[in-house]
Amino acid sequence: MWIYEKKLQYPAWVEGGDLNIAKLLFAQYGGPDSELSAGIRYLTQRTTMPIPQAKAILTDIGTEELAHWEIIGTLIHKIIEKATPKQLEEAGIGPHYIQHGKDLYPHDAAGVPWTAAYIQALGDPITNLHEDMAAEQKARTTYEHLIQSTNDKGVIETLSFLRQREVVHFQRFGEALRLVQEYLDRKMYY
Amino acid sequence: MKISKDRLELLKEIMALDFSLIELNLYLDTHPEDEKALMVFKQYSCKSRELKEKYENQFGPLTASNGANREWKWIEDPWPWEIDYEMGGR
Repeated sequence: MWIYEKKLQYPAWVEGGDLNIAKLLFAQYGGPDSELSAGIRYLTQRTTMPIPQAKAILTDIGTEELAHWEIIGTLIHKIIEKATPKQLEEAGIGPHYIQHGKDLYPHDAAGVPWTAAYIQALGDPITNLHEDMAAEQKARTTYEHLIQSTNDKGVIETLSFLRQREVVHFQRFGEALRLVQEYLDRKMYY
Repeated sequence: MKISKDRLELLKEIMALDFSLIELNLYLDTHPEDEKALMVFKQYSCKSRELKEKYENQFGPLTASNGANREWKWIEDPWPWEIDYEMGGR
């Protein structure tokens, strides 16, 4: 189960006014390598992990991703909350505004809705952990593209935090992969 | 939404501490035998509980299970996405 805590993982702040980055931030809200994909991917894969360390790491990183999803949603919310429909239209968020108002909605930067087809769960811990490591690298690259696309100091600071988490998660998944490989090797010999 | 300076500072301190706990938690998942990390985790965990109790007594619940005081305080604004964190993590 999960328990909601009335706080963010990182104090997401924005200088405000950069509506263009709000549109682009949807890449990480509902895109292929978004925080949503990450959370659902890891929490879906965890039931077939053969060792305690891997069950724990998928549970805990999957949970952290949902907190990151909340941070991205908060950034978008803070940037668009005071914008007029005309300003949203000019920034390319018009179609989103027509269909969703100022609600968040899991679609990517181009408006393509989120789909489970973005993730995989193969039932093979080695295969799954490789996918997870690749996913962290793809998210890191996406964050770098986003950071390059804005001058808002608050957005840059918050995205830099999230980018760094991708690096740490990659490291932890790599360790889990090694531990699973060692476990499977031992099983073969004895 | 602006919150008082005292409240924001204490909230950010809790957020920073809980972030350290998540980082240590992930590290310990793949290094459960690291006694030094385990010791730091215990220290931070203690400190976090202490600060959360202080925050909840002064400003309201962080989890619904601590939502009841004389009235149901859980629903009170602001929610996390509404708070003005000012200069963020700095």
